[in-house]
Amino acid sequence: MSVRVRVPTPLRKFTNGADEVNAQGLNVRALVDDLETKFPGIKERICDETGKVRRFVNVYVNGDDIRFLQNLETSLKEGDNISIVPAIAGG
Amino acid sequence: MTTRLSQDEIERYSRQIMIPDFGGKSQIRLSESKALVIGAGGLGSPAAFYLAAAGVGLLGLIDGDRVELSNLQRQILHTTQDIGREKVASAKEKLAGLNPEIAIKIYPTRLQPENAPEIFAAYDFIVDGSDNFDTKFLVNDTAVSLGKAFSHAGIVRLHGQTMTVVPRKSACYRCVFQEPPGPGELMNCQQAGILGAVAGVIGAIQATEAIKYLSGMDEELLTDRVLTYDAKTMNFRTIEIRKNPACAACGEKAERRSHELR
Repeated sequence: MSVRVRVPTPLRKFTNGADEVNAQGLNVRALVDDLETKFPGIKERICDETGKVRRFVNVYVNGDDIRFLQNLETSLKEGDNISIVPAIAGG
Repeated sequence: MTTRLSQDEIERYSRQIMIPDFGGKSQIRLSESKALVIGAGGLGSPAAFYLAAAGVGLLGLIDGDRVELSNLQRQILHTTQDIGREKVASAKEKLAGLNPEIAIKIYPTRLQPENAPEIFAAYDFIVDGSDNFDTKFLVNDTAVSLGKAFSHAGIVRLHGQTMTVVPRKSACYRCVFQEPPGPGELMNCQQAGILGAVAGVIGAIQATEAIKYLSGMDEELLTDRVLTYDAKTMNFRTIEIRKNPACAACGEKAERRSHELR
């Protein structure tokens, strides 16, 4: 069971520059843990110390914000597209 | 008010007046409108250039910084001779040279919670080209509370994102990103770098949205969507977003609070 994850620019230093990676997980929580195993350090950028998704980061499953689904418990299926979208400051 | 376009104006704007969706009516509406650009930097430069060129009636520009050598790779309002000058003074000179038909008002100061409401009140649309989260959230919260439409954008390295907010109708920036990151939690241009042309693309999109809104071509704005641009792979993507009923800026509680204040 594999899903595709789009990696935003600020997190690419963890993925050796890759803008898209494959990862596994039955739900978003398991997916984030799998990303952490593959790319140590990335989880801390997505989730805060209590384990919740950071408030300036959004995670989308096939274009739907997980905040309006089941958050980290949102279940995933083969071929799903995950986008991680952080706020960007520059101007 | 009945505004008439002069012969010079008709010629100057002829290439957009001839667009069927635009026409003379939109040109007149644009010339009666007021746009504020926050920041005369990487996003603000192209945005202000196109707004001035298109003939927005009043163009406001706010920035408290002075021009530095490292700005010139992307902040195309300024030239090498401008190093050390106030950015807004340098910008006004270029914009007035490009289009003497428009009025330009400059604010050589930083946007703060104290001055934002008064400045915003005088404009119809706001282009946020600021370079930090504090200002981006301030722009959102002030614009939402005053009911002013605006374009948000952020850029880093080869990546940009932008969205348009029409308060009360569409999702706001805080619906998507609830609060700014703490210091050092994310990168900005100073730390991470930015390709000038990437800023140009996003700033031009912001100007397009402002022109659409102000001229009345506002049926299909970049609302309830975040547009992301990845120049490395040359992909534009839009992600649908939704109003967050619990949003601290535009949610039900915040609406009640601002109603009580009015």
